Amino acid sequence: MIKILDIVIAGLLMGGIYALVAVGLSLQYGVARVLNVAHGEFIMLGAFITWSLYTLAGINPLVSLVICGPTVFIIGFILYRTVFTRLRTMSASPAAFEGNSMLACFSLLFIIQNVAILIWGAELKGYSYLPFAVNIAGAKFAANRLVTLGFALAIGVIFYLFLARTRLGKAIRAAAQDAGTAGLVGVNINHVLALCFGFGALMAGLAGTLLSMSYEIQPAMGLEYTVIALVVIVLGGLGSIPGSFIGGFILGLVGSIVIYIEPGLALVAYYVIFIVLLLVKPQGILGK
Amino acid sequence: MDMSALTSRKFVVSGLLILILFAFLVTLPLSFPGYTIVLFSTIFMYVILTLGWVMFSGPTGYISLATAAFFGVGVYTSAIIGIALPLPLVIAIGGAASFCLALLVGALTLRLRGTYFIMFTFGLVELILHFVLWWEVTITGTTGRMVPTVGNTTVYYLMLILFVFLLLTAYLIKRSRRGLALQSIGEYEDAAAHTGVNVTMVKVTTFAISAFFMGAAGAIMATRWTYIDPKIAFNPLLSFMPVVMAIFGGMGQLYGPVIGAALLTYLEQFLITRFPYYYMLIFGIIMLVVILYLPEGLAGLIQKLWQRTFGRKHEVT
Amino acid sequence: MKLLEGTGVTKHFGGLAAVSKVDFHVEQGEALGLIGPNGAGKTTLFNVISAALPLKSGQIRFKGRNITGLKPHQICRLGVARTFQSVKIFNHMPVLANVILGSYYGTSSRMSSADAAREAAALVDFVGLSALQALPAKDLTLANQKRLEVARALATKPELLMLDELMAGLTHTEVGEAMELVTRIRERGITIIMIEHVMTAIMSVCERIMVLHHGAKIAEGTPKQIATSKEVIEVYLGE
Repeated sequence: MIKILDIVIAGLLMGGIYALVAVGLSLQYGVARVLNVAHGEFIMLGAFITWSLYTLAGINPLVSLVICGPTVFIIGFILYRTVFTRLRTMSASPAAFEGNSMLACFSLLFIIQNVAILIWGAELKGYSYLPFAVNIAGAKFAANRLVTLGFALAIGVIFYLFLARTRLGKAIRAAAQDAGTAGLVGVNINHVLALCFGFGALMAGLAGTLLSMSYEIQPAMGLEYTVIALVVIVLGGLGSIPGSFIGGFILGLVGSIVIYIEPGLALVAYYVIFIVLLLVKPQGILGK
Repeated sequence: MDMSALTSRKFVVSGLLILILFAFLVTLPLSFPGYTIVLFSTIFMYVILTLGWVMFSGPTGYISLATAAFFGVGVYTSAIIGIALPLPLVIAIGGAASFCLALLVGALTLRLRGTYFIMFTFGLVELILHFVLWWEVTITGTTGRMVPTVGNTTVYYLMLILFVFLLLTAYLIKRSRRGLALQSIGEYEDAAAHTGVNVTMVKVTTFAISAFFMGAAGAIMATRWTYIDPKIAFNPLLSFMPVVMAIFGGMGQLYGPVIGAALLTYLEQFLITRFPYYYMLIFGIIMLVVILYLPEGLAGLIQKLWQRTFGRKHEVT
Repeated sequence: MKLLEGTGVTKHFGGLAAVSKVDFHVEQGEALGLIGPNGAGKTTLFNVISAALPLKSGQIRFKGRNITGLKPHQICRLGVARTFQSVKIFNHMPVLANVILGSYYGTSSRMSSADAAREAAALVDFVGLSALQALPAKDLTLANQKRLEVARALATKPELLMLDELMAGLTHTEVGEAMELVTRIRERGITIIMIEHVMTAIMSVCERIMVLHHGAKIAEGTPKQIATSKEVIEVYLGE
């Protein structure tokens, strides 16, 4: 019984990160229509900025959330306004834009990773924050991971409220449904899409900050999370932001179970799920 | 200007260039030092990966990021059975293994939207890397493997032969009805299907053919590296580089990928020796710049120059 | 004989019934008109027949054979061809190549390159595009692009040709030319279904007309019957 609780909570802990990361990618792909294969690199940036702030200036990682988030948001926003807006005007069709922007992200992956290596070096880094264990119903969990889950959920709820209650949030939902029509009813579409891309990067940056509290980090860490995010957004349904959130937790649980049975095969298991989804229900859980 | 004179002049010029090029390539090991032979083997590797990639992804627009997976399968084939079997057979099996993997991947994802295909191929390299890593550590108990070596000159000629085969295959496909079908799939896949093209079959088989060459190249190159492990064999850079080279060289003509790959491989080798910490960055920037400002690539530029020098575009009546 | 027959054909998009329990048939050699206000489900019906979209329920039979569930290329090879509302020609391929693709792949028997080239050239001539055959398709005028799409469809040797708003966007003269083309196609023994909004064309070319509204068939009959039908007039005036 304790073992099951152990696995479930471990799954939720992982799932929280997956959910954040997937919502970020869902904003970028589902709304801004950019298949950002460099998504994981923004996670990595968030993680390394936090590391630097902590080791060089002693800044609490939870405080870093407030620094990393906006920083990565601005990077994402600027990238969209420069690179992707130009690609949008250049591309002959939406399909061409998707392909071109994906390739542009592919280039960004290599650029950002290399820049990170130049700034921080290629070796593993880490720091210690809230490493003590907390006892929940007999099972032990690291406090930093529980805090991560708490923040992931909080961010999810705040974002949900933002989407549901604010004007900008409604504009984003409109753009997610139909960017063309949203533009017609007065939504400044270029602005909204850039904001969405920025928000997506922001989610990644926040996830990176949270991750750095519990795990060691290195410049090549991002790719794995990008692949996981891709699986989650397909699982949740392409274009569904709530779907990505839920899908993240589901995948986290699956991963936890697989790791318990055979560590090292988690990514393989996610892929098998991906394959099964493509065969049986490509629209995912909540997709159109 | 007379159109037939224009095309026959083009023909003669290209024909001569190709002949000179091949004379040069065939006699290269006799007149150049070992370093150059090795460099050209690497150039052949990237040319094969790039041309193979363009053969499918060019006309159809389905961007595959699985190149490293197919190449790696060939590398591992060499490592696993290279001790037991003669090299030509190993190469054929390496190619065949990649061919089968591509059939599987294609059958799964090519009947869905292009987005799923890109996502799937993107993650495929990571997946196989992790899986092989786990397998080698948990089941076979090794991390890396040794590959039986053959001489540098042998590797060179094997790669040259593979390159010629690929060039012929790509040329024949492009000129055949399959080439037309591939192009139509890239333009309007549903209209192609309504014109009688079995789009899934055409996509999957062409994808598999391109994978064969990538796998065969992997099997050959493994013998040059002699030591391989999952991170070397399934290196995401090998999915990335062919795409940069193809876009840089231009995908409209067959010589575009070849020139693009040759030039950029030379640049890569130069950077790896002088500025090893910068070459990912530089290639990333090159790709970004080309995507944004030179979408037709070098070949597109050359085409425009040719047209401006030798003749006008066909007048619209 | 009934060349094409559909019973209870239904297609939903989410909760909306785009085509709702439609029964229809087309006699060999006839020209059937398919009309109705925008959103009536006409193109969706075409999409379901040609298998561009799967249907939810119902059955479609071509020459007595159940074709429900087949893939588009299979239906094409059986002898059903179509054009598209937004012209889907292969823009970067020359005119002749567009048509040759149909000759290569559109039939169940394999044709040699020489025969295919000859047939394609003949079809390009049939639709009046011989002078432009080397041009990339994107350089053609809209009317010529529509001609090209027809030629490509004809290359697949159809017994039934489905035309989706062939006349849309054409000038008065071009509409006349299109009608004349349709007549010449019928002279070759090909059965036609046409979706149209240009009423003069439909009324003069078709022997029978079917009217769809909100996915359901609301009327069927000769042009005269349709023109005087109370339901049809209400549907069009009420729009």
